Amino acid sequence: MADLVSHPDEVRVVSRRFGQGAADIDRYLQLDGYKAVQKALAMQPDAIVNLVKDSGLRGRGGAGFNTGMKWSFVPKQSAKPKYILCNGDESEPGTCKDRLIFEHDPHAVIEGVVIAGIATGAHAGYIYVRGEYRYLLEIMQKAIKDAYARGFLGKNIFGSGYDFEVYWHGGAGAYEVGEESALMESLEGKRGIPRIRPPFPAVVGLWGGPTVINNAETLASVPHILLGGAEWFAKLGPPKNGGTRLFCLSGHLNRPGVYELPMGYNLKKMIYNVGGGIPNGRTLKAVVPGGSSCPLLTAGEIDVSMDFDSMMKAGSMLGSGGVVVVDDSTCMVKFALRIMKFYRHESCGWCIPCREGTDWLDKILVRFHSGGGLRKDIDNIQYLSENMLGRTFCPLGDAAAMPTISIVKKFRKEFEDHLDGKPCPFEKAGAAELAMA
Amino acid sequence: MADVNITVDGKKVAAPAGTLLIEACKSAGIEVPSFCYYPNLSLQGACRMCLVKVEKMPKLQTACTTVISEGMAVSTDTPEIHQARKSMVEMLLGNHPLDCPVCDAGGECELQDMTFAYGAAESKFIDIKNHREEQQWSPVVYFDRPRCILCYRCVRVCGEGMDVWALGVQNRGVSSVIAPNKEDHLECEECGMCIDICPVGALTSGAYRYKTRPWEMRHVGTTCTHCADGCKTTLGVRRSDTGMEIVRGDNRDKSGINGDFLCMKGRYAFDFANHEDRLTQPLIRKDGRLTPSTWEEAFELIGRRFKEIRDSAGGQAIGVVGSTRTTNEENYLLQKFARVALGTNNIDHHRTADFPALAAALRGKPEATASMRDVFKAPAMLLIGNNPTEQHPLLAWQIRNNVRLHKARLYVINSEPVKLRRQAVNFIQIPVGSEGNVARFLSGDDSAAGSISNPTATRDAWVALRDKLRGEQNLVIIFGSEIRGEDIASLVKFGSAVPSAKFVCLSDYANSRGAADMGLYPDLLPGYHPMSDAGKWRDEWGGVPQTPGLTLPQMVESAKAGNLKAFYVVGANPVGRLGIDAFSFSQRFVVVQDMFLTETALIADVVLPAANAYEKSGTVTNTCGDVQFLQKAGEITGAKSDFEMTVRIADAMGFDVSKLVPFSRGTHSDMGQSRGAQSGEVDRHGVWLEAQGLEPKMSPFDPTAILDEIQRLVPGYGVSRANLLAGNDQHTTLSGSGAGVQHDPALIAPANDTLFTSGTLGRYSRALNSVMENRQKQPAEEVAAD
Ligand SMILES: Cc1cc2nc3c(=O)[nH]c(=O)nc-3n(C[C@H](O)[C@H](O)[C@H](O)COP(=O)(O)O)c2cc1C
Ligand code: SF4
Ligand code: SF4
Ligand code: SF4
Ligand code: SF4
Ligand code: FES
Repeated sequence: MADLVSHPDEVRVVSRRFGQGAADIDRYLQLDGYKAVQKALAMQPDAIVNLVKDSGLRGRGGAGFNTGMKWSFVPKQSAKPKYILCNGDESEPGTCKDRLIFEHDPHAVIEGVVIAGIATGAHAGYIYVRGEYRYLLEIMQKAIKDAYARGFLGKNIFGSGYDFEVYWHGGAGAYEVGEESALMESLEGKRGIPRIRPPFPAVVGLWGGPTVINNAETLASVPHILLGGAEWFAKLGPPKNGGTRLFCLSGHLNRPGVYELPMGYNLKKMIYNVGGGIPNGRTLKAVVPGGSSCPLLTAGEIDVSMDFDSMMKAGSMLGSGGVVVVDDSTCMVKFALRIMKFYRHESCGWCIPCREGTDWLDKILVRFHSGGGLRKDIDNIQYLSENMLGRTFCPLGDAAAMPTISIVKKFRKEFEDHLDGKPCPFEKAGAAELAMA
Repeated sequence: MADVNITVDGKKVAAPAGTLLIEACKSAGIEVPSFCYYPNLSLQGACRMCLVKVEKMPKLQTACTTVISEGMAVSTDTPEIHQARKSMVEMLLGNHPLDCPVCDAGGECELQDMTFAYGAAESKFIDIKNHREEQQWSPVVYFDRPRCILCYRCVRVCGEGMDVWALGVQNRGVSSVIAPNKEDHLECEECGMCIDICPVGALTSGAYRYKTRPWEMRHVGTTCTHCADGCKTTLGVRRSDTGMEIVRGDNRDKSGINGDFLCMKGRYAFDFANHEDRLTQPLIRKDGRLTPSTWEEAFELIGRRFKEIRDSAGGQAIGVVGSTRTTNEENYLLQKFARVALGTNNIDHHRTADFPALAAALRGKPEATASMRDVFKAPAMLLIGNNPTEQHPLLAWQIRNNVRLHKARLYVINSEPVKLRRQAVNFIQIPVGSEGNVARFLSGDDSAAGSISNPTATRDAWVALRDKLRGEQNLVIIFGSEIRGEDIASLVKFGSAVPSAKFVCLSDYANSRGAADMGLYPDLLPGYHPMSDAGKWRDEWGGVPQTPGLTLPQMVESAKAGNLKAFYVVGANPVGRLGIDAFSFSQRFVVVQDMFLTETALIADVVLPAANAYEKSGTVTNTCGDVQFLQKAGEITGAKSDFEMTVRIADAMGFDVSKLVPFSRGTHSDMGQSRGAQSGEVDRHGVWLEAQGLEPKMSPFDPTAILDEIQRLVPGYGVSRANLLAGNDQHTTLSGSGAGVQHDPALIAPANDTLFTSGTLGRYSRALNSVMENRQKQPAEEVAAD
């Protein structure tokens, strides 16, 4: 179980009930639980969609798409059943926020799923929990069971005449299954391979029915918007970036942990104030601002507002909220290698550029880091990554390419320092050999 | 619906709504490269070779998954696109073994072609390539993972096309690997479709691998010689010391009725042609033993004996058994020879379907038979009896893919839970042998409902089905040989109530339909004309024996009684296949033309080594009535075509062969038959002709002369000669047939072949045998075929 941390700058919305035993349904009810869904039941579906749209809530899964907008794409009439899908596959390196939600506030996720259902006319929802989060699955299962027992789920919820079923599903250990269409394949019992789009899930999704897929944090925010109002939520962050965000601070920091900060919080402040700065008298070298798929920022680039649009302007992404801080003792070649090992391992293998590209990048980086590098390898790493970018079947290929391109571009000298058979300058002499799985 | 207009590379292109961009480009003559895209298989978007620039889209788009929309502006050849494709090939080549010099696909490989086209000539990689050992998955399927580019064509053709689903993908990422359904081996239909569709040399054929380089072969487009469906196939032929060797069967030419399809037999079972038991010289029984002889001695003996018997005991003392695998020209010639030269109507063949009853029922009904192509397009199909998956692999493919691609409705009525029930909207299982009752019930005879009704298919359900079928348009009614005689008439009666219904009558063997159409019946002339209606033929031939002859069982009885004194058996094995009493046969003068010493040949007095369908030209007619051309691939030293042998026998009898083969009358072309030149051999026909003082170009061995006669006289066969010679299928109709004759249904004996057997012939195919042996070793659960 993860330790909870806190900081005075925090604005607790999604994490409001963390540490308060809200996994227990009675406790959850005491803390305003299941009020939002009852409110939603009394509203017109369109009004809910508009409320969420106006709140400026954007997807917390990484892409940052306006949630209300996404819901509005679901056709009103559909021959096939509609579904709500909660994406709790959280596997992006550096990201560990959904697990806290599942652990401390599972009913908020359920509530969010039901509200999304009411808003779009769906009568069933699936909560997909990352396979490695076995213990959270148990919490989630119990929460669903309790909600059924109280009549909050199932037929005629809250006596409203509205039916809504919620199912849980455990993953089997594939990062790619967090990608929305692969997630649907996985849920349908198939290999976790993404689907061709269009059609988009809102039109043809799970079992062919219109489907809303949202991140767990996105859905857990929804009840708060219903209770607190769109305006309140929108104003928590800068324009078009409503609310707060669970930022997962990790790496070389004095006070790592998950902090809920308003959207648009300054990254530099986040590192030095909230995270307590770099330990052991080291200095900052680089930051992964939003999970391993984002281009890295150098120490000189961190005076930015952590919202979707500003990060885009800064040449990176807000992503999934995983902020990984890297100090000057870190070898960036090794860092690139570690990232590539992950993507090579997690590539589903469907398309050529990602499958072969990650394999070759990994091979080259392994050799390069252990002293066998050639000068042309540096260009080849760049070449391969650039030729993957934007050309793969799903964004995983981009996710592998983007950080790599940024590392080679921003830390080329470190690559050059590995040339001519020299051992890694960051490892003790003779320790250049790599023992990473 | 109006076409959608787009521009591709500045060129205006219009295509129907819903067209994929890659197809729209193709229609405009602009090729967009692809590995994973394959027409009629599901879309993958996996190889990223087809990336193109679509205006207003920030990223390159895959042309294989993009549906065209009005006003779309597309570029297919910018430096960015070229670079994208080049890098795909580079990345693929990274782990590729580049063993092109020994790879079966070398020279016919799409990866080589793409490398050539996009200039990915220099490798950026120095690290070690990933490797896996090659695997043998079945006697005929081998898999070499390093060569595989993971285009998933094999997976899809096996699943979507074949409905076998024996291939899948295992692992993920760069460890992804195509895997067979039984861990380390396949249990499947062995069709080899996966091999043919593989763009590289990852899947290779057990029959072909490491045998030749593609450019060392001649490619001969011809028609498969096994079942009655008539797949177009391309033979890869090499010269060998016995004349020629066929090293490969595939269908690189997809223009045939079978499109992409070939079954196990079409793809591998050509190897009987080079079997070591192949007869290569005539045999004459001397002192009780079959002893090699010369052709002259053999023809002289046969001619003399046939003449003697005819002149002393009359033509009715001679019986002729024709073949279901020889060409139309040979069949026509054979019955003409029997009737005109031997003076007998005693001619029959191994009947596997009641075509005379069908012809009689469809007489005067134009367009009432469905072609093999129609089966792929019909909006609805009714299948009664038979198991096409085993007995008519191509037909099964057409039905299956019509359902899959065109959403056709299939109704299946069968005594077994045949595999095609999986495509059916309605499957009803009936008691064995009650197919005829189904026909009668459908025709409106409600009293037949009792025997076919049961708790799962009640009388009401049958009535509902009949109503539903009557409401279909353009229904194709396909029936097995379980339905014969009167029952066929019933079925046709039912069909008359359905708007534009068409029929397919299923027979076995490559030219059963041709044998029937050409009149290999004791009581029917070509085109199902009864002897009473012989006018046209009498005029043409100057005389036809009046009374109907004997059926095959009657001939045997007659032989037993001592009346029948000679048998002339051409390309048939009645002793082995029909369980005929060999002794009654052996007491007579028996002449057999065959490739092998079959059970029938073993009791013969003279055995003549025959050429097979790969070694001669001519036409054959499939079970649907589609006529196709057989293209001679080459010759095997020592064998002669049945056509030539029959003419030589007539000649040896002292018969004027120009009365048999009207070769002086307007022969159009010689189909290469009278030339040995193709296989580089001496033109031995030419030599013989010269010795006889005949003009080689007007050869009596030229089946074209007989084809002229067939086209003139046999109803339905007046199809375009040019089309036929160009290798196109031509559908014949039964509407102009003769009145037919009611036959004893017991005369029909289905071959009961399976996917891996092919009558007597199949026994001489190593490929088929190896698959059969392998099956016996691993008694499979039903899953593979089911
Ligand atoms: C390779 C890959 C992995 C992903 N993993 C996750 C994940 O673990 N959790 C998640 O919520 N979204 C993940 N996503 C994003 C989802 O595809 C999708 O955009 C998201 O679930 C939508 O929810 P949101 O709009 O609430 O963010 C991933 C995307 C990709 C391309
Ligand atoms: S980019 Fe391609 S190989 Fe990589 S995960 Fe996506 S679909 Fe699979
Ligand atoms: S049935 Fe067998 S041979 Fe045919 S495609 Fe499938 S795996 Fe290949
Ligand atoms: S074996 Fe051939 S057809 Fe199958 S995926 Fe590999 S390359 Fe494609
Ligand atoms: S389906 Fe029949 S004609 Fe076609 S390849 Fe197979 S045996 Fe030959
Ligand atoms: S052909 Fe379009 S991605 Fe393969």
